[in-house]
Amino acid sequence: MLTVKDLFVRVEDKEILKGINLEVNAGEVHAIMGPNGSGKSTLANVIAGKDGYEVTGGSVTMDGMDLLDMSPEERAREGVFLAFQYPVEIPGVSNATFLKTALNEIRKHKGLEELDAMNFLKFMREKMKVVGIDEKLINRPVNQGFSGGEKKRNEIFQLQMLQPKLAVLDETDSGLDIDALKIVSNGVNLFRGKDNAVVVVTHYQRLLDYIVPDFVHVLVDGRIVKSGGKELALELEEKGYDWVINPEAETAAV
Amino acid sequence: MENTRNKEYYISEFKKTEASMNGEASSSFHQVRKNAISRFEELGFPTIKNEDWKYTNVKQLFDFDFTGGNAAGVTKKDVDALHIKGLNENIIVLVNGVYSEKLSFVKKQNGGIIIENLNSVLKNNPELVLDHIGRYATIDNGFTALNTAFAKEGTVIIIPDNAEVKGHIHILNITGEAGKHILTQPRNLIITGKNTKVNIIESYHSTGSEANLVNAVNEVVVGENSFVEIYRLQQENQDSFHINRTQAVQARNSVFTHFSVTLGGGLVRNDTNILLNDENCTGNLYGLYLTEGSQHVDNHTLIDHAKPHCQSNEMYKGVLNESSRGVFNGKVFVREDAQKTNAYQSNKAILLTSDASIDTKPQLEIYADDVKCSHGAAIGQLDDEAVFYLRSRGISADMAKTVLIRAFANDIFETIENETFHEHLNQLVFEKLG
Ligand SMILES: Nc1ncnc2c1ncn2[C@@H]1O[C@H](COP(=O)(O)OP(=O)(O)O)[C@@H](O)[C@H]1O
Ligand SMILES: [Mg+2]
Repeated sequence: MLTVKDLFVRVEDKEILKGINLEVNAGEVHAIMGPNGSGKSTLANVIAGKDGYEVTGGSVTMDGMDLLDMSPEERAREGVFLAFQYPVEIPGVSNATFLKTALNEIRKHKGLEELDAMNFLKFMREKMKVVGIDEKLINRPVNQGFSGGEKKRNEIFQLQMLQPKLAVLDETDSGLDIDALKIVSNGVNLFRGKDNAVVVVTHYQRLLDYIVPDFVHVLVDGRIVKSGGKELALELEEKGYDWVINPEAETAAV
Repeated sequence: MENTRNKEYYISEFKKTEASMNGEASSSFHQVRKNAISRFEELGFPTIKNEDWKYTNVKQLFDFDFTGGNAAGVTKKDVDALHIKGLNENIIVLVNGVYSEKLSFVKKQNGGIIIENLNSVLKNNPELVLDHIGRYATIDNGFTALNTAFAKEGTVIIIPDNAEVKGHIHILNITGEAGKHILTQPRNLIITGKNTKVNIIESYHSTGSEANLVNAVNEVVVGENSFVEIYRLQQENQDSFHINRTQAVQARNSVFTHFSVTLGGGLVRNDTNILLNDENCTGNLYGLYLTEGSQHVDNHTLIDHAKPHCQSNEMYKGVLNESSRGVFNGKVFVREDAQKTNAYQSNKAILLTSDASIDTKPQLEIYADDVKCSHGAAIGQLDDEAVFYLRSRGISADMAKTVLIRAFANDIFETIENETFHEHLNQLVFEKLG
């Protein structure tokens, strides 16, 4: 589904991603782990189409479509979804109105009928249950005055509402207590299916106890230095990132 | 061609008008006009050397030969399209600055309420307005002087004590004539007694795309315990000029609320002033302006707290696109007498391009010591992070901007209690942004 080939990205003349290769198939969950500053958010943002990143080499495609050639909204309508590391507060725009507009834009693009207020509300209520989000939050302006945990929960609520093909979750676990973590993970697990894929970006192993990945990649200094199955996450947790960075340890582990 | 571009032209026009008057030239009101024209002769048109006109240069006015027009080009259909459904109980229409009886209608009102055009009041009952006209909007610049000197057309609203107006009053100004540049000088007078309530809509529109000049003056007396609300909508074409002066004077326990909405006009200058002249008054000034192209919109406001225990709330918001320019100058005076004053002012603008600009100046002069005054000004851009957030959910870049601009204006919308007007304005804003 998602193919990242030899991707090089600069931010303000600084090389951040230095040749990333990643192949994510439908039905799979991939985790990208790495220390702070290694380039995880950069990768997630480039996939979603954020400004300010200069791609100096390589490609990113989804089902053969050249994502780098598409605007962020086109990507979203084709099924790319980014759960933000830092969801943005938007005063004056209610969550419900925002989501109705977004959902109908995506439906229009797919040639589906737009949902009217009644049907939208019905659909929204179902999804609210899935992530246990309060109606009060839904009627408030987008993320305004939400706690860190509420913001993350709102991202997963949007994931459930928009039902994308490819979900990229950027540090969705940060700021969550254990109960919230379980609810959010449940929202993601319910989303998982044979026709979609999830990329989980995190620097803690904790989330992966609940969203169990099929593959784990370790990103260090803009390069994927190691890939493996879910046990790699546990190993990392135990031995720390030094273990993959240090070549001797790596040799020993092979 | 006659030179119509300078001060002397208007003075000679005045003399011509005077010569063609019969008995009226000796009326008391004509003396008011005569005083005004000699003030105009002294003042002339303001220039940028005048501190209050520093950022608004009216010299472009002199590129046009402004004249009067006729009503032939405006049909009932044109005007009906400008009615605001739900607020159209009473409509006074001025076409090219002249009252149109044909296009206006006023519900039969309770005893004593007067809603009539100024010209007929001056002819039939001048005593009704003589004590008021020119008393509040004192002449401190050439435009007010000129309006007063030529005062003839406009609307007089007089509401006696305890009387209630049925419905809203919409004063609808439509200006334009093919091949001409029209000058209109509407003069409105609104006088309310004790315990009254009135809602007025003052709207300005163009027909055609010629540059016209509207030089309007409103005088408003808010009586004891009365509620007066004015919505001013400026929607002229982008080559037109609009100079608007509104002066309200409030009596004890009164509430005056003014909304200024500027969407159209090439060069717009508003002076919206309130004098809180007795205790326990509330004065509210709210403004929203959305500009594009080379529009220039200047809002000057003055809230004069003359007496204790009053409060004022002021909030102006602007969104400036392309190479448009804004000016905001908000004066708040708190006189020595005005203890326990509560004055709040906020002025915010978003510049959508690097060519758009705004000059703002809050000006608080406080001579009393027991007062609460606050003012805040903020000029910024649209939040890129928020634009990306919306786009990442499938919302187009244009729609994301529209949504965020509408959100920026939201706290202005929240002050509008009238739902019909709220909805109307919402539509106008989306049309302008779309
Ligand atoms: N907008 C930016 N401007 C300058 N440097 C940036 C910007 N975004 C990211 N970086 C730098 O890029 C590197 C990778 O950042 P990021 O992708 O956020 O890492 P991670 O998500 O793995 O913590 C860091 O060194 C960071 O300082
Ligand atoms: Mg990050």
